[in-house]
Amino acid sequence: MELQAVLMAAGGGSRMTDLTYNTPKAMLPVGNKPLMWYPLNLLERMGFEEVIVITTKEVQKMMSTDPKMKLDVKMKLDVVCIQEDGDMGTADALRHIQQKIKTDILVVSCDLITDVALHEVVDLFRAHNATLAMLMSKAHEFTETVPGQKGKKKTAEQRDFVGVDQSGKRLLFMANEADLEDGLSIRKSIMRKHPRMHIKTGLVDAHLYCLKKAVVDFLADNKSISSIRGELVPYLVRKQFSKTTNCPKIKDDAEDQNQKKNDEPHGRQNPLKLCECFIISTPNSPLLQLAQDRSCWNDHRGDMSEAYHGGKLRCYVHIMDEGPCYRVNTLAAYIEANRLAPKLFEEVPVHPSAVISERCQMGSDSYIGAMCQIADKTSIKRSTIGNSTTVKEKVKVANSIIMHGVTIEEGCNIQGSVICSNAVIGRGADLKYCLVGNGQQIEPEGKDHWHEHTP
Amino acid sequence: MADAGEPEGPERKDDIVKAKQEGKELTKEEKQRLRKEKKQQKKSKEKKDDKPSRDSEKEKKPASAASPAPQTPTQPPAQKAPSAAPAPVPVPASETPSAADKPAKSKAELKAERRARQEAERASKGKKGDVGPQAAPGKPKAPPSELQPVVKRLPEHVQVDNPEVLKKLAKKLERQQIPLRSDYGYKVSLFSHLHQYSRKAPLTQQLGIPSTVIHPAIVRLGLQYSQGIVAGSNARSVALLHAFKQVIRDYTTPPNEELSRDLVNRLKPYISFLNQCRPLSASMGNAIKYIKKEISNIPSQCKEEEAKRKLLNCIDCYINEKIVLAAKAIAKYSIEKISDGDVILVYGCSSLVNHILCEAFEKNRKFRVIVVDSRPRLEGREALRRLVQKGINCTYVLISAVSYILPEVSKVFLGAHALLANGYVMSRVGTSQIALVAKAFNVPVLVCCETYKFCERVQTDSFVSNELDDPDDLIVTRTGTTQLEHWQEVPSLGLLNLVYDVTPPDFVDLVITDLGMIPCTSVPVVLRVKNVDQ
Repeated sequence: MELQAVLMAAGGGSRMTDLTYNTPKAMLPVGNKPLMWYPLNLLERMGFEEVIVITTKEVQKMMSTDPKMKLDVKMKLDVVCIQEDGDMGTADALRHIQQKIKTDILVVSCDLITDVALHEVVDLFRAHNATLAMLMSKAHEFTETVPGQKGKKKTAEQRDFVGVDQSGKRLLFMANEADLEDGLSIRKSIMRKHPRMHIKTGLVDAHLYCLKKAVVDFLADNKSISSIRGELVPYLVRKQFSKTTNCPKIKDDAEDQNQKKNDEPHGRQNPLKLCECFIISTPNSPLLQLAQDRSCWNDHRGDMSEAYHGGKLRCYVHIMDEGPCYRVNTLAAYIEANRLAPKLFEEVPVHPSAVISERCQMGSDSYIGAMCQIADKTSIKRSTIGNSTTVKEKVKVANSIIMHGVTIEEGCNIQGSVICSNAVIGRGADLKYCLVGNGQQIEPEGKDHWHEHTP
Repeated sequence: MADAGEPEGPERKDDIVKAKQEGKELTKEEKQRLRKEKKQQKKSKEKKDDKPSRDSEKEKKPASAASPAPQTPTQPPAQKAPSAAPAPVPVPASETPSAADKPAKSKAELKAERRARQEAERASKGKKGDVGPQAAPGKPKAPPSELQPVVKRLPEHVQVDNPEVLKKLAKKLERQQIPLRSDYGYKVSLFSHLHQYSRKAPLTQQLGIPSTVIHPAIVRLGLQYSQGIVAGSNARSVALLHAFKQVIRDYTTPPNEELSRDLVNRLKPYISFLNQCRPLSASMGNAIKYIKKEISNIPSQCKEEEAKRKLLNCIDCYINEKIVLAAKAIAKYSIEKISDGDVILVYGCSSLVNHILCEAFEKNRKFRVIVVDSRPRLEGREALRRLVQKGINCTYVLISAVSYILPEVSKVFLGAHALLANGYVMSRVGTSQIALVAKAFNVPVLVCCETYKFCERVQTDSFVSNELDDPDDLIVTRTGTTQLEHWQEVPSLGLLNLVYDVTPPDFVDLVITDLGMIPCTSVPVVLRVKNVDQ
């Protein structure tokens, strides 16, 4: 078996708490499908037959009842539940399932919506025998007004500084703005090996990683790393250029290990050192080394060193220039995704079981979920309406996202808003750019609501 | 013509050969015998595709028109006339078995049937005669006689412009569940019979991730081949054997199957896949033949673990003997030929030549090297790096300057991709140019080649069988402008990126192999000896 897929669906959605108050992030409806469905669909289309899903009990329950998940997802899902409130990072989760992992893994986050050709990422992983291969995309500007936020103020997004080599594939440097207090410093060893580096800041990390099995073993021994993106990836990128010390062979006796530890020059007991050897200097099999020696290929030119500068740890990145790639972790992203995701998958605009009366004006950009009831004289433009929603007469819905089980009484006017599940909008209410939380009730004849935010 | 492999016994062969030589008509019995044998051959071929293949049909034409009935004198001229036709004729192969099913009919009826069939064939040949593409150059023109025992078929990879062959290939790949890689771009007409792929469209695009049909080690290898990460004949063979070792390690015999047969069948789709990624080299072909032979020779009572261990051992031995030790032996012989004060010219990056020069330098020979390089691969840069790293004094020129630099040169060392049975050397494109210019300047040309690269093919030109690399490699950006960026839009422009060429043996003075230093014309002797050994 070549790759095992792991889907991280236990995230809390910390940047859009209003939406995830009642619904876990993995099951938020996007284009009337749960958010989790999109990465699972990507994996299924690529040919995966089994996925290990790491999630919480709540999500598992919702998954088993959701019709979309049951019908459309044909892969075998191996659901592993973890504690919801425990501070389990993604790397901790990998450590948790270490026993299940038999080969290299492909880690996907549940909030990724993309149609990337995965073979581009996996080919880098295979061809260069890389330790890490990841996917990044040029960030898209969000154009829609975000409800609940007055003005166009954007929260200060922490930028990522990503350094790639001349070919644009090898990952040389990765740091978050928050970690760079004094400025960006690049080690000389990197500059000596790769004199030309392109540093990009406008990239979005898709949180899709191909990792070698040795990395998972390394994580198991190394309990201090808890997040893949936050700690593991920068660590691996840094370690590409660290000096390869004389590492003991992989399968060593315990006494040898202790001895080597005591032989440390500075007396610093570095517990990481031995584990690093797993991934840094795994010796190539002699045949592979022979093939590499005899091959007349080099990944760089201009200096005297062999291919890859003799380094065994290599990190690669595939940067998508065009094509959708969204991470639905903020409200703005959620709205954008709702707009574009159904187009990606050629969703049928109107679910067959929805009851729509004749005199309803429906724009072509709108998506109506199952078992909806749309009454006369309503106008629905550029909106997504979830399952089992009732929309009474003379309602105008534009640019909005209406989740499941919502009741909208007559004469309402809803613009640019997000209405969460099971809310009730009273008669004649006028909502503009509002965010209505779960199960809320807006009083009838409500005054002009503008950019409001009801949790 | 020396058609080997006659199915008949030796005494009949003499008769028939004698008869042929005397130009006489064969006797009735001999012809009958021949017809029967050909019928059997035809029947066995019938089990394969119904699609016609060119040579065999042409040669089988006389056979198919025959029937179990004794022939008449009118037969041979009628047979010879259609067989002399240049275009390949789709022979209704079903005729022969239908004829064989009716032995009870009278001879007259059979004769009438035969005549009717011939008329039908001639009519259909008239319609289809101009459809089939002309024979590719180098197609062995079989004599229109009835003695066609072994049919020489053209390999598929040089018949890309024949739609039937392509269809056959597509069917075969579909059966093996391997995606078909489509050709890219406009092909120069002289080379339109070869595949031309684009590096930007890897075969893995059409495979599922994770690959279940093909072993992951093979997928990785195929990718490395198509992207050029593993390049060079030795490197490719070693990497191939390494991947096969992994396949063997992960292999488990399914129940009710024998390892010796099932493993060979398991390897076939992998080999097709690798062929699609990049056409196999001669050295890889020989390595595969060796492995298949070793696998088939595993006794059936051998336990699986032991069989696997034996196979892995065999592979290690093969690499050790044929590549590592051979390199040492060749280095030893070559060092005798390198004297102090020599100026040695090398072309491109040959792992063997680099090894020789490094060894010679370690043995304290004083010489300097001129590295000749050519676009678009520019492999000479890698050779230059390795030699300079050792401390050898090097000069670097492009191939356009070779006639300028040659007066300084005392010897030319060339590596080879394969040595053909007629003494021609197949190597990187540009090698024959260097050999030609060296000959003009009376500079000795020494080719270094291990014996496992010796190949039984015969070729006299670089057109028949070659490899076309990605034409986009020729596009280069200088000072911000990319001239050939839109080459596909210019209708009369074709980009040609050849990989190999053949050097005639007249230009090669000596071939240094692990068996010793032999002249180019002794290659068939070595091949014969090798075959006897195995």
